Amino acid sequence: MTSTATLTPLVGVDLVRVQDVADSVERFGSRYLDRLFTAAEQADCAGGPGVQAERLAARFAAKEAALKVLRPEGARPAWTSIEVVRHESGACDLRLTGTAADLAAAAGITALAVSLTHEHDHAAAAVVALRTGTGNPDDLLGDLRRAASGALPAPPRKDQQ
Amino acid sequence: MSDTSTIVRTVLEEHGRLAVPVTGLDDATDLYAAGLTSHASVNVMLALEDAFDVEFPERLLKKATFGSLGAIVEAVDEIRVDA
Repeated sequence: MTSTATLTPLVGVDLVRVQDVADSVERFGSRYLDRLFTAAEQADCAGGPGVQAERLAARFAAKEAALKVLRPEGARPAWTSIEVVRHESGACDLRLTGTAADLAAAAGITALAVSLTHEHDHAAAAVVALRTGTGNPDDLLGDLRRAASGALPAPPRKDQQ
Repeated sequence: MSDTSTIVRTVLEEHGRLAVPVTGLDDATDLYAAGLTSHASVNVMLALEDAFDVEFPERLLKKATFGSLGAIVEAVDEIRVDA
């Protein structure tokens, strides 16, 4: 049987109040920072208290947006297993490790992209993932439903393969 | 009301940033529907760890753990038994 490979886009977004993050840093200090952010993320966010809180809030939003893409059914992966990697250009990518990487692999997610934004009051992030269909009936049924709603091109019929 | 429940309610009042007073909630009230955000649930978790001198294991880091007062009390009791 010929397998049908399909790419399904998944999107997650999240919004965080910057002051909430600033309050948490002040209240819980390194316990809060180390629980949620990798050492590299904390270094990327260094700056004055206001700037730091904005950058941290954007990264927390990215982690929550990624969760909406990964859709864990049980325990969520540790926050630090979803890392925002900042390049010299300022562009950011997501790096998944541990349970988060396992979830992505199990879901057939083959590509991830993230976009962050922050201002004084709020920070937000959007994550887009591409899931490669495995050709199993559940995937195909989902793709057919999305195709019927116009979200995807219709997969080829068997007699067209 | 158990001691655990009393402390959980105090922590939730201080860190949950709910849209309604905790005193008006019963043990089964949906806390997310009451305004608990994912970020506030982190603060609740860290404050509970301080209050009970415990650490939430990764297996309990799920949305349902912080979904109601009853669920939080159950999780804290479970962690304290394991500790």
